[in-house]
Amino acid sequence: MAANPTPVLQLRQISKRFGAVQALSNVDFEVYPAEVVALVGDNGAGKSTLVKTIAGAYRPDSGQYIFEGREVTIHTPREATNLGVETVYQDLALCDNLDVVANLYLGREGVRVTGPHPLHLLSEVEMERKATDVLRELSVKIPNVRSQIATLSGGQRQSVAVARSVMWNSKVVLLDEPTAALGVEQTFQVKELIKRLRSRGLGVVVISHNLADVFEVANRVVVMRLGRRVATFDTSQSTAQEVVGAITGATLPAAVAAG
Amino acid sequence: MKQVTPHTRSDMPAVEKEALWPSIVRRFQQGNVGPLPVLIGLAMIALVFQIANDKFLTPVNLTNLTVQIASMGTISVGIVLVLLLGEVDLSVGAVSGLASAVMGVLSVKQGWPAGLAILAGIATGTLIGTLQGFWIAKFRVPSFVVSLAGLLAWQGALLYVLGTTGTVNLTDKTIIGIANSRVSIEAGFVIGIIAIVAYAAILIAEQRGRQAMNLPVQSTVMLAWRIGLIALVTVVTIGFMSINRNPNVEAAAVRGIPSAVVIFIAVLIIFDFITRRTRFGRYIYAVGGNVEAARRAGINVNGIRIAVFMLCSTLAACGGVLAASRLYASNQASGGGDTLLNAIAAAVIGGTSLFGGRGRVWSALLGALVIGAIANGMDLLAMSSAIKFMVTGTVLLIAVTLDASTRSRRENTGR
Ligand SMILES: Nc1ncnc2c1ncn2[C@@H]1O[C@H](COP(=O)(O)OP(=O)(O)OP(=O)(O)O)[C@@H](O)[C@H]1O
Ligand SMILES: [Mg+2]
Repeated sequence: MAANPTPVLQLRQISKRFGAVQALSNVDFEVYPAEVVALVGDNGAGKSTLVKTIAGAYRPDSGQYIFEGREVTIHTPREATNLGVETVYQDLALCDNLDVVANLYLGREGVRVTGPHPLHLLSEVEMERKATDVLRELSVKIPNVRSQIATLSGGQRQSVAVARSVMWNSKVVLLDEPTAALGVEQTFQVKELIKRLRSRGLGVVVISHNLADVFEVANRVVVMRLGRRVATFDTSQSTAQEVVGAITGATLPAAVAAG
Repeated sequence: MKQVTPHTRSDMPAVEKEALWPSIVRRFQQGNVGPLPVLIGLAMIALVFQIANDKFLTPVNLTNLTVQIASMGTISVGIVLVLLLGEVDLSVGAVSGLASAVMGVLSVKQGWPAGLAILAGIATGTLIGTLQGFWIAKFRVPSFVVSLAGLLAWQGALLYVLGTTGTVNLTDKTIIGIANSRVSIEAGFVIGIIAIVAYAAILIAEQRGRQAMNLPVQSTVMLAWRIGLIALVTVVTIGFMSINRNPNVEAAAVRGIPSAVVIFIAVLIIFDFITRRTRFGRYIYAVGGNVEAARRAGINVNGIRIAVFMLCSTLAACGGVLAASRLYASNQASGGGDTLLNAIAAAVIGGTSLFGGRGRVWSALLGALVIGAIANGMDLLAMSSAIKFMVTGTVLLIAVTLDASTRSRRENTGR
């Protein structure tokens, strides 16, 4: 990290409230190029809220969003993807009634430019070709790229959601529990994929409850508790026990010192 | 960096040439039965009425049937679009009535030229749809409520526009000609053959494109079947409509495709194309399937909603113009009665889901044929509208139950 001191993405003092729930309070967050950051914390700690804020799905009540050193305002998910921030949401955000190809390209369809913008014709063949290649590259096993999402297993859907986030030239990829529904082989594939993204120079943010996986892929671990960032660990210099302590709050003071 | 290995046909997955029967079975298991139930239903209805009265399957009666459903079917295409979004529009009947009144009054009482009067009638629908769509999208009021308010308001507007007489009898030749003229037999066959060739050309081009990209293709036999089937249906229909329908053989022959039917088919083809081949169509399905996913994918959800309600009301207005033209009049009952319910029932009977995101534009045709056939057959048997309503209601219930049960089957498989 020392070699590359500017974070590709940085949040400062982000707060977000849902009615009575303070989901995020003054959270700082940063991810550097070619780095994997794991975001951990108990259920309801605010991890997904933080990721959705970065993704542009939520607008923070206050705080700064800095991308490649410049402050930006993100109002919509489209603005985030335009910057190069891709997201796999915890609820996957797939359209059940559409097929795999349509979901991979949702909002970014390949088109033959004809007439007014909304009436552009879809380039189905090109999309299907590229979709097939991307899925093969990621070793995603799907019977048919024209299957409706509704007919896929949970793991297959998750693979589709992950594939969608990495098939564009992105700079930051956010993965909210990307392996939660995956089998052994697919989990392995996703972890390999995360490492590959890092070696390609991307900043990767992964939410996971599996600390073994976290320690395998992440460079840093950011711990959240009750909407606050309570600790940060360097995975090469800390143990899972320390992280667990910070998550539960048992060893909070020491962890804060470490972070 | 990336090695581009040419994909040989042999490294494609085994699904490449999916056999016909397994693919049908798979679609059933997915709760994706398509138009099959309604086609079976139509065949049964035809059989029953033909047995009860041998006038049912005659050129004159079947052609009448298609003219009778053209207006309902056109309105129903708009309903399909709205249902795909997971919404509903209860104002289509009233809008169709109002549009016909606007056209009628402008043409008859104000002396506007036919073209302008027709355009004004249709534009009335477009305007109303934009307004309702805007209301639904911006103020998050359920479409059910907004369009219910619309139903009342536009019915009031209809009475207002018609004024004290409460009816206008259409006299303009062009306006009456919309639904009451016929395409000559030669022109009918030319149009039909052009359509078949265009359809075949599109399918073959698609097949070529897929081959060029090394994608799995359907077997040539399957392709030939699809083209052959469409060609057969087209030719038989046009042929049937070319038979003289005038019972008085000495008088001038009545033959050729009714213009109302040509208009309806054109609407079907255009909207089938828009929904399945364009980005806009893809977004309609996406919003109906998962609004949040659509929003996160950067789709302008509100824009899609407004556009769809606008199209729905525009099509309702077109249906109103067709109906008024066919009946030579617009009056206080225009667009009332069972217009709305038939349009919604047609879409659902045809196989479009009430739960959003699933359905095809063609279901408007199939459903309208079912409803029209029941009404027409019962008229032939001189049955009362009491029975007609009850039978149509039962068919609708069956269709909705089928829809709900395929949906719950999908959910039960945990997918
Ligand atoms: N859209 C929302 N409306 C209201 N409250 C919300 C919303 N989203 C999240 N919350 C609340 O904000 C808090 C943080 O939720 P969040 O989903 O970010 O947790 P999480 O850390 O991702 O948990 P998990 O590990 O269970 O996914 C919770 O108390 C939750 O109830
Ligand atoms: Mg979460």
